[in-house]
Amino acid sequence: MEDTICAVATSPGIGAISIIRVSGKDAIKIVNNIFKGDNLKEVASHTIHYGYIMDENEVVDEVLVSVMLKPKTYTTEDVIEINSHGGINTTNRILELLLEHGCRLAEPGEFTKRAFLNGRIDLTKAESINDLINAKSDQARMLALNNLKGALWEEVGKIRKKLVEVMSNIEVNIDYPEYEDIEVVTHENLLPKLNDIKNKLEEMLRNSKNGRIINEGIQVCLVGRPNTGKSSILNHLLGSEKAIVTNIAGTTRDIVEGSMNLNGYLINFIDTAGIRETEDKIEQIGVAKSKEAIKEADIVIVVLNNNEKLNKEDEEIINKIDPDKRIIFVNKSDLANKLKIEKDYVIGNTINIDGLDSLKKAIIDKLNLGNINIKDVTYISNIRQIDLLKKALNNVKDAIKNIEGLMPIDIVEIDINNAWQHLGEITGEVYQEELLDTLFSKFCVGK
Amino acid sequence: MYDVIVVGGGHAGCEASNIAAKMGMKTLLLTMNKNNIADMPCNPSIGGTAKGIIVREIDALGGLMGIVADLSHFQIKMLNNSKGPAVRSLRAQADKRVYPKKMLEFLEKNSNLEIKEGMVEDLLVENNVVKGVILDNKEIILSKTVILTTGTYLKANILVGDTSKEEGPHGEKRSNYLSDNLKKYGLNIIRLKTGTPPRIKKESIDFSKMQEELGDPTFHTFSFDIKPTYDINLQQKCYLLYTNENTHNIIRKHLSESAMYGGYATGVGPRYCPSIEDKVVRFADKEKHQLFLEPESIYYDEWYLQGFSSSMPTYVQEEMVHSLTGLEHAIITKYAYAIEYDAINPLQMNANLENKILKNLFTAGQINGTSGYEEAAGQGLMAGINAALKIQGKKEFVLKRNEAYIGVLIDDLVTKGVKDPYRMLTSRAEFRLILRSDNADLRLRSMGYELGTISEEQMNRLNKKIEDIKLLSEELKNKRLKITKEVSNKFKLNNMEIPKNNPTYEELLKRPEVTFEFLDEYHHFDYDNEVLEQVSIELKYNGYIKKAIKEANKLIKIEEKEIPKDIDYHKIKNLASEARQKLSEIRPRTIAQASRISGVNPADITILAIYLKKEYNHE
Repeated sequence: MEDTICAVATSPGIGAISIIRVSGKDAIKIVNNIFKGDNLKEVASHTIHYGYIMDENEVVDEVLVSVMLKPKTYTTEDVIEINSHGGINTTNRILELLLEHGCRLAEPGEFTKRAFLNGRIDLTKAESINDLINAKSDQARMLALNNLKGALWEEVGKIRKKLVEVMSNIEVNIDYPEYEDIEVVTHENLLPKLNDIKNKLEEMLRNSKNGRIINEGIQVCLVGRPNTGKSSILNHLLGSEKAIVTNIAGTTRDIVEGSMNLNGYLINFIDTAGIRETEDKIEQIGVAKSKEAIKEADIVIVVLNNNEKLNKEDEEIINKIDPDKRIIFVNKSDLANKLKIEKDYVIGNTINIDGLDSLKKAIIDKLNLGNINIKDVTYISNIRQIDLLKKALNNVKDAIKNIEGLMPIDIVEIDINNAWQHLGEITGEVYQEELLDTLFSKFCVGK
Repeated sequence: MYDVIVVGGGHAGCEASNIAAKMGMKTLLLTMNKNNIADMPCNPSIGGTAKGIIVREIDALGGLMGIVADLSHFQIKMLNNSKGPAVRSLRAQADKRVYPKKMLEFLEKNSNLEIKEGMVEDLLVENNVVKGVILDNKEIILSKTVILTTGTYLKANILVGDTSKEEGPHGEKRSNYLSDNLKKYGLNIIRLKTGTPPRIKKESIDFSKMQEELGDPTFHTFSFDIKPTYDINLQQKCYLLYTNENTHNIIRKHLSESAMYGGYATGVGPRYCPSIEDKVVRFADKEKHQLFLEPESIYYDEWYLQGFSSSMPTYVQEEMVHSLTGLEHAIITKYAYAIEYDAINPLQMNANLENKILKNLFTAGQINGTSGYEEAAGQGLMAGINAALKIQGKKEFVLKRNEAYIGVLIDDLVTKGVKDPYRMLTSRAEFRLILRSDNADLRLRSMGYELGTISEEQMNRLNKKIEDIKLLSEELKNKRLKITKEVSNKFKLNNMEIPKNNPTYEELLKRPEVTFEFLDEYHHFDYDNEVLEQVSIELKYNGYIKKAIKEANKLIKIEEKEIPKDIDYHKIKNLASEARQKLSEIRPRTIAQASRISGVNPADITILAIYLKKEYNHE
C-alpha cells in the first residue's frame, strides 16, 4: 500500500457539505500543495484548519481541513479530510486536483480494506466488510455497464481500436521481422496517427472541462432579457427542491448553477450570461451568449415578461431554438398582459408562486418526449474517466515526444500501450489476448 | 533406482536430463531412438524473436541449447536491431545434422547421465505418487521423479490429405498407451495440431529467380561462455520467394481435399502458424504470400520451404510447389504434413512444472501445449532443476515474469492454459524492456550459480562484466568531449543537434542517435562490446527501464504473497462464482498469479486477501 488514495466520503449530491478523504504516505504533502492556509506539514495531529483549495492562483473552494497523522486514524495511515461546501462540481474539481498531484482514486471499499489489512478493524467484522465491498463493487459494475452505452464508449472505443491497430502492426514487425510484405510502422507514418489521436483526446477533455458534461444529467438553461425574472424562477425551482446551489464567487468555471431531482432525472441548470445579473442591474443581454447556451442545453426555457411586448430579439431567440427542446415561460402573470404570442407557453409568476409546477411538468413532458439528445450528456460522466483520459493523453504525448526524440519503436510503443490500457479501463474492456487476436487476424504470418 | 527419469530425447528432454545430472542427480534419459536425440523435425533454425532470448536465458542458467547452436549453425543474425533494445533477438540457421550430434556429445560428457532406448507405456503410481516408469516390454524402472518430455508422440496422427497415419515425425512409432494411462490417473488430456512444410531437393531449385537472405556481417553468439569460431564469409544463404495467383487458385480448387478443410483433423492448430491453405482462405485479398527456402544442413541437399505448411494430398502439393517461381521443376523430398497429438492441460501443473494430481511427475515441452524448440528447452531446463530441488528437499525454483521469458512462458501456461499451441512472442512479456537479450546473464547467472548449474569460472566472467560496467559508467560521467569546430561539423553533417558546453560522454550517450562508434574517434573506451552495449542501453532508456523496474517491484510484493496449498475456495464467502470456479481449478500459487486469471476481479482478490488474513494471519 504505497500509493495515496482519495475519494468523496459523503454520498454525492446529498447535503451541503461533502468530505473528501485522502489516505496514504503522501496525503499531507499532496493536500498541502493545493492548500492555502497553515502549512499542513507542520501542524499537530488531529487538528482542523481553515483555508482555500487552490488551482495555482485560482481559488477553487473555501474549506476546512482535518489533519490526522498515523497511526491513530481510520486506515492507520496519514489521513486528511477536506470539508467542502461546494456542490458536485467543486467536489469533482478538488478530486481532479488531488489526482493531478499524485493521488489515486480509491476503489470501492478501499479505505475500509486498508483499515482492515492494517489491523485497525476487528477480525470479527471481516465478513460484513466482505459484504460491503461486494455491494459496492456491484454498484460499480452497474455504473460501468451504464457507461458502456453512450457516446463515450463509442468514442473511446474508436480511439482504442486505432491504437491497437498501430500496436499490432508494430508487434508483427517485431515478432515477424522477416516479412517484407507487411507495412512497417515508422516514425514518419506513426506521427500523424498519434497527433490525430492526441487531438481527439484533447477535444474530449476540453468538453469535459467546459463543465457541461461533468455531471450526468439533463442540462437546462433559462434565457431571456434581464428584466424577465430568470433568477427568481431559478431560485424558486431550486429552493423548493432543496437543491444544491453552488454559487460561490470566484468559481468562474462552475457553470452549473444548481441541480435538482425531478421525477428521478437529475436536472442541471446552466448559467447563461443573464442569469448571474441582478434584476436592478439592467444590461442588454448579449444575443451571442444566449445562442451559445442554447446550443449546449438539452432544454431551453425562454422566459418572457407578460407585461412587455415581444421584441425582435425575443423572437430571434425563440425561433433559433428547436421546438422539441424549447419551453416558453411567460412570467409576471400578476402584472397586466401586454404580451402577444402564438406559440404554446406556460404562464405564471414568482410573486404568488404560480405556474411553477406547470413549468416542472413541462420539463418532464419534454423529457418524456424522448426527443432530447442526452447522448452528449453521458459523455464523460465522472472524475475517474476524466483522470483516465488525462493519463491516456499524457501517454500519447510522451509517445509523440519519443518519436521526435528518435527513440526506437519498441520504446515508443510502451506509451502507446499505456494509453490503450488507460482507455480500456474507461470502457472496462481490457482483455489480455486482444492485442494478439488483432495481430493474427490482421496480418498473415507463420511457417 | 534413479533420481530422475526423463522420457523423451527432444529439446526439453535434453535440457532436463543434462541439468538434473549437473545438479548431481542420477539421471536416466529414455528415448525411443538414440539417433533422434535433439532432432529438429520442423524448421532448421534456433532462436528468432523472443525465442532467441529464451535460448540466452537457458545458457545463463547452465543449459545447452545456446552453446550447441553456436557450434552448429551456418548462418546467424540479430533480428530487430533497429527496432529497439527490448526486442533484439538472435536467430541461427542450425545444421540439422550437426546440432543433434553436438548435443549428444555434451550429454555423453555428463557422468551422472545414462541414455537408454525404450518406449514408456505407463507410469508406476502408488497413491498418486509416481515411483518410476513401465516400458512396453513391461520392464519397470524405479526413480524418485519422472519428467515427461514426449513432444508430439502421444497418439500422434500424421495427416496428408485424407490419409491419416498413426505415427510420429519421421515415421517413428507413436506412443499409443501413455496418454490413455495418464487419463486413467485423472489427468485432463487435450488434442493439439501443428504442421510442417515440404522439403525440396537442392539441385531442383532455380535460386536465380529468388532474393538472397544473408547472415549478419558481425559476430554473434548465444552463449555467454564462448568466443565465435565461425567464418563470417562462409555463412550460407537463405532465399525469399512468393506465392502467386496460380498457387492460390490451385489451393482454392482442392481445398476440400486438405486434411484440415476436409474435416479429417480434430486437433486445435496454432494461430500464429497457419497452413498455406489457412492463409489463402483467411487473407483472400492478398495477392501473394512470402516464403523462404532454408538449407537444412550443409551435409545433405534438402531445403525447407518456410511458410508453406500444408495438409493437402501429395499430388496437390506437387502442383502447388511447381506453381512457385523458381520451383517449376522442384523435386519434393518430403511432403508437408499436419500432425495431431495428445497433450496435458497445463492448468494441471504447478509453477515448478510438477503435476498437481501425480506427485513427483514433471512435464515439459509440447506435452504441455507449447510449440517450438526453444519453448520446450526452457521448460525442460526448469523441470530438470525443480525435480532435482525436490529430491534435495529444497525450495522450488520459479522465475517471475519480470525475471525471464521462461518465467512468462510458464506463468502463462499454468495461469491461462492453452487453446492452441503456445508460441512465445515479445508482446506476451509486459516487462520486455528488462527481459533483454543483452542482459540475460546479468538477470539469471547468479541464480544458476546458487542452484549449482553455473561454475565458479562462469561466475567470475559475470563478475568481471559487472565490474567493467561500473567502471565504464564512472568514466563516462567524468570524461568530457570538447566541442571543437570539427566536432560540431561532424554532428552537423550527420543531421544531429550540436552539443553545447563540452558535455560529458554520459550526457552525449543518453541521446538515442549517439553511439560509442560515433564517438570513437574522439575517445576509445577499451571495453568488451557487451559492456559498451549494456552501458549504452542503460543510459539511453534509463527512464523507461526505471519505470519498468518500479512496476515490476510492485508486482514482486504481491508475488511473494503465497496462497496456502490447502485453501478451500468454497469456504470463502462472497467470491463471485466464476472466480471461485477458476481459482479452484487453477489453484494459483500467489495472490499475483490469482490476479492474472481472467474472470477473477479485483473485488475477488480483495476478498481473498481478507480471507487469508483472517484464516492464516497472512500479511
